[in-house]
Amino acid sequence: MAKKRVMFTFPPDLVTEPVIYHLAQQFRVVTNIRRADVAEDRGWVVLEVEGKEEDIDKGLEWVATKGVRVDPVGGDVVEG
Amino acid sequence: MSFARSLRCRQCKREYPLEPLFVCEFCFGSLEVVYDYKAISQNLTRESIAAGPKNIWRYRALLPVEDEPINMDAGFTPLFHAHNLGRALGLERIYIKNDCMNPTWSFKDRVVAVAASKAREFGFQAVACASTGNLANSVSAHAARAGMRAFIFVPHDLEQGKILGSAIYGPTLVAVRGNYDQVNRLCSELAERFPWAFVNINIRPYYAEGSKTLAYEVAEQLGWQAPDAVVVPVASGSLLTKVWKGMHELSQLGIIGKVGSRLFAGQAQGCSPVATAFETGKPVRPVKPDTIAKSLAIGNPADGFFVLNILQECGGRAVAVSDDEIVDGMKLLAETEGVFAETAGGVTVASLKRLAAQGTIKPDELTVAIITASGLKTIEAVQEKVAPPITVDPTVASFEQEVGERAFWTPPLKDTGRTDRG
Ligand SMILES: Cc1ncc(COP(=O)(O)O)c(C=O)c1O
Ligand SMILES: [Zn+2]
Repeated sequence: MAKKRVMFTFPPDLVTEPVIYHLAQQFRVVTNIRRADVAEDRGWVVLEVEGKEEDIDKGLEWVATKGVRVDPVGGDVVEG
Repeated sequence: MSFARSLRCRQCKREYPLEPLFVCEFCFGSLEVVYDYKAISQNLTRESIAAGPKNIWRYRALLPVEDEPINMDAGFTPLFHAHNLGRALGLERIYIKNDCMNPTWSFKDRVVAVAASKAREFGFQAVACASTGNLANSVSAHAARAGMRAFIFVPHDLEQGKILGSAIYGPTLVAVRGNYDQVNRLCSELAERFPWAFVNINIRPYYAEGSKTLAYEVAEQLGWQAPDAVVVPVASGSLLTKVWKGMHELSQLGIIGKVGSRLFAGQAQGCSPVATAFETGKPVRPVKPDTIAKSLAIGNPADGFFVLNILQECGGRAVAVSDDEIVDGMKLLAETEGVFAETAGGVTVASLKRLAAQGTIKPDELTVAIITASGLKTIEAVQEKVAPPITVDPTVASFEQEVGERAFWTPPLKDTGRTDRG
């Protein structure tokens, strides 16, 4: 089992879609939300995803293809 | 020994021991070093600081380092009254803090000095980072000095000058074939897998503290006072938040008076998540960077939220400037003050120019512009924008024909005459 901590940022048109629910269902991973700020027109969620490594990777890729931005917790890693 | 007491979550305030941790186990918020200020106040005075070494370690009581640090003489860079730039912008009391004058020519030497020292203390044998240049150069150099291994990750299409500026120190230099997001994702995964001190990831709380020394130096060089205004280039936002923290620490310790400074955040239009959030009054939304200011191209600023809080508290602003304004800013600083800064310095000067023109920064306000790295790192940005040399044959006739009247030009003495009014 592996764990990954990530931040999802939702564009306005995806805020009302149950993306995290589908992630958990389709990729057999457990999601654990730690912090979030969701309004009508925007939203971000900081969460932990637990499961088989390849399931997590495939799941996060799927989330990204939906148009949700996926970042490592704590922001970008590459610095100037 | 140090006066650091613990790490604390910046969101939920839970405390953690001083270990190589960077996120709160509970809420995944970022961690920050907290100190025993009472003990510091009994040990630190203006005189004890002045008696210290001429580098960042003169402020060691306010840094989280226990053992003898890795010292490459970072810091204690010049602060000077920029009369010519001031005349150009209509500002009477503008000062330049020239952090190009660091061991690897950027302010990153301040943060890396602390990070590398802390990494060695924690028993790491290797330091690592993912960087578009300045951080890579500094980590490579500090590892060389400390006899540690260095693993440096850069985007594969980085400019030659920046690659060379790391390679010369002999690190394991990895160019990642992929777009920015892929580089980012790879490095965050490697950080979990390898026993390296990734300076801006697993020891970030310590690393970030190094930036406070910029504020300490500015206050000391101004005769122990905080300026009225400070212009800071913002990428992740760490530098701005630490300049703020540093000034307030000095005030809290009674070393300077009350801090009334307004802070101004400068960003490039092609990567301005903080400035956009400031304008719209909404939270920071990540963006895909597209600007010549590569050192500031962080699309998802980890400290963006904290920068916005500070700007609001102090009455500051965030400004976004175009790539053309950045180049003009670099040229203006070079032509008026003889300081060749990289694109981030162009962002600072262009932001300053905008704020002065708007009347947001008043002519008589004591203002400091922070110039964070040298122009030799980003030659590409200005290569096509400066006048080419005049080529002549080795004869007086050819010289006179090609250069002509320009040989008789004399500088406008009146305008460059210096009057030193602090
Ligand atoms: C030259 C230069 N200036 C400013 C910054 C901004 O620093 P921060 O990420 O702390 O906002 C960076 C680094 O990211 C940099 O390389
Ligand atoms: Zn927390």
